[in-house]
Amino acid sequence: MIIADRKSLEEILDMIKDFKKILLVGCKGCVTVCNVGGAKEVGVLAATLKIARKKEGNPIEIDEKTLERQCDPEYVEQIRDIFDQYDAILSMACGVGPQFLSEAYPSQKFFPAVDTKFFGGAVQHGIWEERCAGCGTCVIHHYDGLCPIARCSKSLQHGPCGGSADGKCEIAKDVECIWDTIVKKKMEQGRLEDLRIIRAPKDWQTARDGGPRKSIREELVQ
Amino acid sequence: MSNNGLKSGSNLEKVLKAGHFAFTGECGPPKGANVEHLKEKFEHLRGKVDAVNVTDNQTAVVRMSSAAASAIMVANGIEPNFQMVCRDRNRLAMMADILGVYSLGVRNMLCLSGDHQKFGNHPQSKNVFDIDSMQLIAMVKKMRDEGKFLNDEDIDEPPKMFIGAAANPFADPYEFRVYRLANKIDAGADFIQTQCIYNMPRFRDFMKMAVDMGLTEKAYILAGVTPMKSARMAQYMAKMVPGMDVPEALIERLKGAGKGKQAEEGIKFAIEQIDEFKEMEGVAGVHLMAIEWEHKVPEIAERAGVLPRPQVD
Repeated sequence: MIIADRKSLEEILDMIKDFKKILLVGCKGCVTVCNVGGAKEVGVLAATLKIARKKEGNPIEIDEKTLERQCDPEYVEQIRDIFDQYDAILSMACGVGPQFLSEAYPSQKFFPAVDTKFFGGAVQHGIWEERCAGCGTCVIHHYDGLCPIARCSKSLQHGPCGGSADGKCEIAKDVECIWDTIVKKKMEQGRLEDLRIIRAPKDWQTARDGGPRKSIREELVQ
Repeated sequence: MSNNGLKSGSNLEKVLKAGHFAFTGECGPPKGANVEHLKEKFEHLRGKVDAVNVTDNQTAVVRMSSAAASAIMVANGIEPNFQMVCRDRNRLAMMADILGVYSLGVRNMLCLSGDHQKFGNHPQSKNVFDIDSMQLIAMVKKMRDEGKFLNDEDIDEPPKMFIGAAANPFADPYEFRVYRLANKIDAGADFIQTQCIYNMPRFRDFMKMAVDMGLTEKAYILAGVTPMKSARMAQYMAKMVPGMDVPEALIERLKGAGKGKQAEEGIKFAIEQIDEFKEMEGVAGVHLMAIEWEHKVPEIAERAGVLPRPQVD
């Protein structure tokens, strides 16, 4: 899923400093699962912002709404009747949400309350890690199901580099060297020859480097 | 192959091919456009080494480009070993720069992944890593031997480079390091310069594996030597530089030398290493990285008995 972190209270307060009445919109998709932008977090942020603004002597009115998904026009429509009752709308969805909202309601102003980080999952309660770079051409089967494009700091297709030490990446002691893991797994399983293959440079056209991407499923297009 | 069977015709290639024990140096370009400073650094190396590595934004700190510094060296009659990292450029820029430096007289290049920009002075920068060091080696070989760009288009006057790569026998996982070296040689590396060696037993073991696998028949391996200036430098490298293996015994030896004598002890150790490398099976030379200590190179070369450098036609 998409993992996001909430922006700091200071940054959010600064974004909305000129407004007296806003709508805070959560999303029941990924951001609910990673505990950053679901109904619960919408409630907490709304209360916190109201208290902060009251303290400043500049109270703000905030209504709350959490959509099934902000990345789907069908659900984005759910605020059609109310969107123009506010000075601005603050979205707690990933970066996709406020864009779908902006496209549906061009006359309104939208602000992101979270920073969208990566595609990943929870490795333990409260800790999420990156697993996919969305490069558009999955090659994890070459690396025993572990992706060096997303998980090696240099996206090396032939690692590990000279900075790998004790299973850790050179950039920080708390970053796993995924190449160390890949190599150990291959060696333990007697498949060293997989790592003796020299791979062609990656074709990045399917990644963001090829320009904004689109996926068309003909059978579904009406 | 034309050019008397030489791939590039560089001095370094000729020295190695003739069977001499090679001796290369290193020079980091200045943090600015100060050409006089650059010249002052590389003049210490004139006649003392077979080629001088010119680092490419080493440790991700921005400096005069390795391409420009290499060209200045060529113009001043010193042979550079142009370093190129994958961190800062995509394949277009890399191929363009390879053609550019070749046209300016560069004949050796060292293909590296590059330190992550997090270590450097612009950690905010975007990293590129369009291709990695293995693919860079293969790309330079393709440009040289097939006369083609990565996309298979013909090159009008291909760059004939003597292709170098790095090997770090001290990074993890250790068991895989010799295979990664083998991959680099398979990809097209003609010569290898290793990471600074301090743990001699481990390097002996690594070389034995390389010899047993026949790698030293396919590429020239130059052992990396960086003389320690002090016990503090040794401690810093042991702790702070990833993939660096500095045995405690060496730190103690430097400390034991006493105040004011640690640098001399560091040089003594480096010379002992070079003496051993001359005899070590499979080692074709030494790469001396006297970091910000270029003026000591003549003395080290003299005391290590590698002077005068051979002249090969």
